[in-house]
Amino acid sequence: MLQAVRQSKPDASELPAIPESTTFADRKVERFTEALNNIGGQVIPVRDFSDISAYVRQNYVLNRVITTLPELADVGEVHWHEVAPHELADVEFGILVAQFGVAENAAVWLTDLLMMHRAAPFICQHLGVVLSAADIVANMHEAYTRIGADEYGFGLFIAGPSKTADIEQSLVLGAHGPKTMTVFLME
Amino acid sequence: MTLQDHAERADIFNRDEERVDWHDQTLWFVRQKRDRAANTLPEWEALREAASQIKNNVLGNLDEYLVQFEANAQRNGITVHWAADAAEHNQIVHQILVENKITQMVKSKSMLTEECHLNGFLEHNGIEVIDTDLGERVVQLAGEPPSHIVMPCIHKKKEEIGEIFHQHMGTEAGLSDPEILTALARADLRERFLTRRAALTGVNFAVAETGEFVVCTNEGNADMGAHLADVHIACMGMEKIIPKRAHLGVFLRLLARSATGQPSTTYSSHFKKPRTGQTMHLVIVDNGRSVQLGRPDFRSSLKCIRCAACMNTCPVYRRSGGHSYHNAVSGPIGAILAPNLDMKEYADLPFASTLCGSCSNVCPVKIDIHQQLYKWRQVLVKEGHVTPAKAASMQAMNTVLSNRRFFEVAGGVGRTMMKWFPGIVSNSLNPWYKHREMPAPPEQSFRDWYAENRK
Repeated sequence: MLQAVRQSKPDASELPAIPESTTFADRKVERFTEALNNIGGQVIPVRDFSDISAYVRQNYVLNRVITTLPELADVGEVHWHEVAPHELADVEFGILVAQFGVAENAAVWLTDLLMMHRAAPFICQHLGVVLSAADIVANMHEAYTRIGADEYGFGLFIAGPSKTADIEQSLVLGAHGPKTMTVFLME
Repeated sequence: MTLQDHAERADIFNRDEERVDWHDQTLWFVRQKRDRAANTLPEWEALREAASQIKNNVLGNLDEYLVQFEANAQRNGITVHWAADAAEHNQIVHQILVENKITQMVKSKSMLTEECHLNGFLEHNGIEVIDTDLGERVVQLAGEPPSHIVMPCIHKKKEEIGEIFHQHMGTEAGLSDPEILTALARADLRERFLTRRAALTGVNFAVAETGEFVVCTNEGNADMGAHLADVHIACMGMEKIIPKRAHLGVFLRLLARSATGQPSTTYSSHFKKPRTGQTMHLVIVDNGRSVQLGRPDFRSSLKCIRCAACMNTCPVYRRSGGHSYHNAVSGPIGAILAPNLDMKEYADLPFASTLCGSCSNVCPVKIDIHQQLYKWRQVLVKEGHVTPAKAASMQAMNTVLSNRRFFEVAGGVGRTMMKWFPGIVSNSLNPWYKHREMPAPPEQSFRDWYAENRK
């Protein structure tokens, strides 16, 4: 196969520079919030973890809640890393923490170290992500500059709830993954 | 059974005029969403140019990037396989399943496996395959191929999908609400995700520098499959390589905006290493790609990132439907990829175009699609892959247009004949007359008019 490629490939050309972009560089928090609203998610500004606990108590009091954050141990399970990921199928609300967010598309970046199980962001019915307002970059170029040569086994951008429009282009939230996505934005 | 060409299949699609109108308008609406998304970025054209140049660089160094990618992926713990053609690809996937004693697999969207007809091969060998992308699941249950690479069941109405679910999943009859139908499929497929030990995914981008590969979905089905299975098999065409991780920034900004007008897909999953206890296989497939790479006029078709913008904008695709292209990848890009695989079988496809150029204008990696459609026509005529009638009429056109005197006489004869015997052109033997009235013939040729009026 490689021999066939060598025989037929064109002359080599130079790699271009990656275009510069300042399109989303201002009002990053507002842009992130707008973008998340547009794709069916929501931003809830919080001061500290007790605000998040209060939100969970109010909305998921009778449900199974998991979190990777020891600060939220009062409202969710924190020891679930040794169970099989399949046993998370009945989780109603999962709360993870993101490394950073992206203003242009409301994506948040997590690596497997922050997920405990790679299936965690997908298998819960509703997803919450804690994000520091200071950790929002303008666009995807800045996102990859920030990721740099980081080591991970699995890295993930999540932008909003799972969705499909396969049936007559009607948008439905909650295809296979979470039906809602809430970003707890910490000042 | 005689094989039908694009025009015959399009005729069948056009029997239901209301549906054709709906299909046409729905895809045009997606095209408009793409425009709005592109217009939010002043740097859009610079991004397209960068993406195009990165892909040119990839084609010129493809062997080196593949070697680099393989070494890095293996270092990450991924087992890399090479498949020269579809048959070898299918055997490799089957072998992996046999070695792991697996007879049931979930699969997320992969146009490559459609191209290789993997499902049929595995089912023939006793393996059950469940497609998990909602649209793909619908067409799988209906026993049809996808009609669009991003929206696989865009040719189906919601009532038909309700009926398919009723027939195959035992759901209530008469359902048509997309929200209810999606919820039913979600519950059914969740059960499969939780019980299947193998998951197959496609690959959107494979990064030579790091040995990781990226899969983009909105539904989350690729991840639900891969993270719950013991064995993850990812299949990629060899052209999916990009040099560096930072290049993902360029392509992810273009992909979803071009495809559906979203600023990004919901999930952009970067698979670098198998999780503990899991095995990860990656199959790199040629299947004619190295041949296409050797065709200077057509090699840039390998830059395609499968966004389907060219389909959504194409006036022929929108009114003929994806199935009329009888190939895994339909639309304008499919029509320049398919003849490489089999010139005889796909000789009709490059003619299924008005050459309007809209496809090239929206392509995020700047493939000159309409130019290639035009060039394929010449290759196909030269190689004798068009009907004798088409070859003869093109020869006649060539004779008339390349001889000035002949052109003048033929024009005069044509005007007179059309005037006195309009039935000669206004009849069902003239394909142009279908759905159209022929214009009234002019009194004189432009040349004569110009000679009289030049002062």
